[in-house]
Amino acid sequence: MSEKEVKNLEEIFDAKIARDEKIEPKDWMPEKYRQTHIRQISQHAHSEIVGMLPEGNWITRAPTLKRKVALLAKIQDEAGHGLYLYSACETLGVTREELYEQLHSGKAKYSSIFNYPTLTWADMGAIGWLVDGAAIINQVPLCSTSFGPYARAMVRVCKEESFHQRQGFQIMMTLANGTPEQKEMAQDALNRWWFPSLMMLGPTDDASVHTEQSMKWKLKRKSNDDLRQQFVDQTVPQADMIGLTIPDPTLKFNEDTKHYEFGDLDWDEFWQVVKGHGPCNKERISARVNAWEKGKWVRDAAMAYAEKQESKKLNVAV
Amino acid sequence: MKNWPLWEVFIRSKNGLEHRHCGSLHASDATMALENARDVYTRRMEGVSIWVVPSAQITASNPEDSAELFEPAKDKAYRHPTFYELPDELKHM
Repeated sequence: MSEKEVKNLEEIFDAKIARDEKIEPKDWMPEKYRQTHIRQISQHAHSEIVGMLPEGNWITRAPTLKRKVALLAKIQDEAGHGLYLYSACETLGVTREELYEQLHSGKAKYSSIFNYPTLTWADMGAIGWLVDGAAIINQVPLCSTSFGPYARAMVRVCKEESFHQRQGFQIMMTLANGTPEQKEMAQDALNRWWFPSLMMLGPTDDASVHTEQSMKWKLKRKSNDDLRQQFVDQTVPQADMIGLTIPDPTLKFNEDTKHYEFGDLDWDEFWQVVKGHGPCNKERISARVNAWEKGKWVRDAAMAYAEKQESKKLNVAV
Repeated sequence: MKNWPLWEVFIRSKNGLEHRHCGSLHASDATMALENARDVYTRRMEGVSIWVVPSAQITASNPEDSAELFEPAKDKAYRHPTFYELPDELKHM
């Protein structure tokens, strides 16, 4: 294809997105669009899968049967969300095995938040309330992103995610209304998860390298700083409601802008965690690699069985 | 050993409605594809029936052929009832 032809196709493509038409897998797309989508969708899928690990830590120690079935259901949803997203990503011509390889080798990233440890039961509450809350803010705009399979996967994810946040908040509310020790446990979880949750929404706008192009492709509809502000504005009153204190002494409501102003975030810590030096990065990846490698014989056995059944059917047919 | 093939999943949300495509998954055979589809796509009563089809078995039209496939229908307004202008007094038509 000549350069002029590509340019022509790009113009048609950009116009389609500007008209809010969806791009489907077999449509022509710029190579950069394809690569950016593979990167973002797979990163999103990896985050769902790795995100199961910190919560899996508490399944056997959930305080009641009700909490246990809810946590199990939430973690099962996350496996489902990972699968919807991997499938969407595979429509762009990359294989599941390649995607796993990128995660296991450290080439692909996942959300930095899952590299923090879950030390107490209250962390299950804080994760649902804050981490899923931040995720929802990030994900709702993606339901109308330009790539069809991603948008459809996000619609399913968002429908299911709301329960995650509500069950988390209910855990926090129950602890906050409990004994002084339980309330302290809830406050401690909030103290540890607050800043990582704010940073989970991504680097500040001036440090975000992909924002401009992603906005054009509707892969991003609001900037990281706008999303973060929205998260703070909606979460602070929720903390007030259950009598917990946001661990930011500089936090204050600005009557003129009607927004909360909050303190500086520790971006050095964020980048350390992103680069692999968080408290649990090694543990998370080794759990994934371990599961994949130790499951190989099961995958092989299932395939061998399927092939044997298939050949039996053929023999009968002959 | 080769990797598990990809399957397309179609769900009928309730009797009376058609099966609709809802996504895809990997499984070693059709039985496992059905079981996985049940776990991945019907956790909240989304369906009463599931079809799974090996993705490799689907033949899809090519977007490059869209013009010749679909544009001829555009200028055939006479295939729609509103093309035929009739008096307002006419009832039951």
